Amino acid sequence: MELVKIIILALVVNNVVLAQFLGICPFLGVSNKVQTSLGMGAAVIFVMALANLVTFLIQFYVLNPLHIEFMQTITFILVIAFLVQVVEIILKKSAPSLYQALGIYLPLITTNCAVLGIAILAVQKDYNLVTSVVYASSIAAGFTLALILMAGIREQLELTGIPKGMKGFPISLITAGLLSLAFMGFANLVK
Amino acid sequence: MSEIKHFTKGFFKENPTFVLVLGTCPTLAVTTAAMNGIGMGLATTFVLVFSNLFVALLKNVIPDKVRIAAFIVVIATFVTIVDLVMKAYTPDLYKTLGIFIPLIVVNCIILGRAEAFAQKNTVYNSILDGLGMGLGFTLAITLMGSIREVLGNGSIFDIRLMSQEAKTILIFILPPGAFLTYGYLIAIMNRIKARYNV
Repeated sequence: MELVKIIILALVVNNVVLAQFLGICPFLGVSNKVQTSLGMGAAVIFVMALANLVTFLIQFYVLNPLHIEFMQTITFILVIAFLVQVVEIILKKSAPSLYQALGIYLPLITTNCAVLGIAILAVQKDYNLVTSVVYASSIAAGFTLALILMAGIREQLELTGIPKGMKGFPISLITAGLLSLAFMGFANLVK
Repeated sequence: MSEIKHFTKGFFKENPTFVLVLGTCPTLAVTTAAMNGIGMGLATTFVLVFSNLFVALLKNVIPDKVRIAAFIVVIATFVTIVDLVMKAYTPDLYKTLGIFIPLIVVNCIILGRAEAFAQKNTVYNSILDGLGMGLGFTLAITLMGSIREVLGNGSIFDIRLMSQEAKTILIFILPPGAFLTYGYLIAIMNRIKARYNV
């Protein structure tokens, strides 16, 4: 029951992009087409679940026993950058078709602040290993949901006349604002 | 005299928030009050100046292939310093900014300046660039924080402008308000740039 609550909270109530403001850069950058958003979303779900698994183990078996918790930021960001590289190399060798699909999005994930942010948040929330990985996957699924919705809207927006000054970032941000307003409707879904 | 433009370009012409649109996450997340903008901005400026300084100093030592990893270590070191100092001396601000202090490490402004400027320029120019970009960022998010605080809470820097009972537009300090304010500010900036050809 606790897990279901965490999933719903992460997916819609505290949506990572629209309510917590993590991962805005890829959200604005890659949300042009529904197809590319799906690819990006899949890559993010995969990497975030893996990143939370690895950072959890490092936090509890390396940082805590040695009492070097202050090294958290440095360690985590290096681990995530390293992990993304490793995933890229492994996929290239063992699953070329998946690599073809996710390939270009993988390097972009290092700059996705949601990965580092959620890894740190999961430690702060004292989650155990399973909860932490479930939490990361549902956060990433929430990210994918927001990304796909946004891409759908932006595909339509391209066909409409927008004032010159509003083109590009301003209209995207205002669209995101309205999307975020809609997501506030989920606020009391889980008590 | 030409060095001074490295400092001034961050304020308007290449403002990281409104023109380059970098570092969007902290811009949207912490600007619920003007004070948060100043705190976040100065913390970022500190990291930016010192990472630019060290990247410029080490630019001949760092092998090209591992430069990104090396830059991240330099940046993460200064972020950890800021994190510990703020935790000790400004606990309230530290609590409000929360997760966004350690996340300065993935703020694209900092890595962007290291990659695009500091590794190609002299130490002196890199410090000027870091300071200008950092203060431009501070100015921009403080402006955004002020607008959201005035409209959403009826106060600025915690000084009340309206009576406690006055109705405010609450939406501005909620998440949607962040997106709307930021969107309109970039649009206004575009308009000014088009009008005066800068």
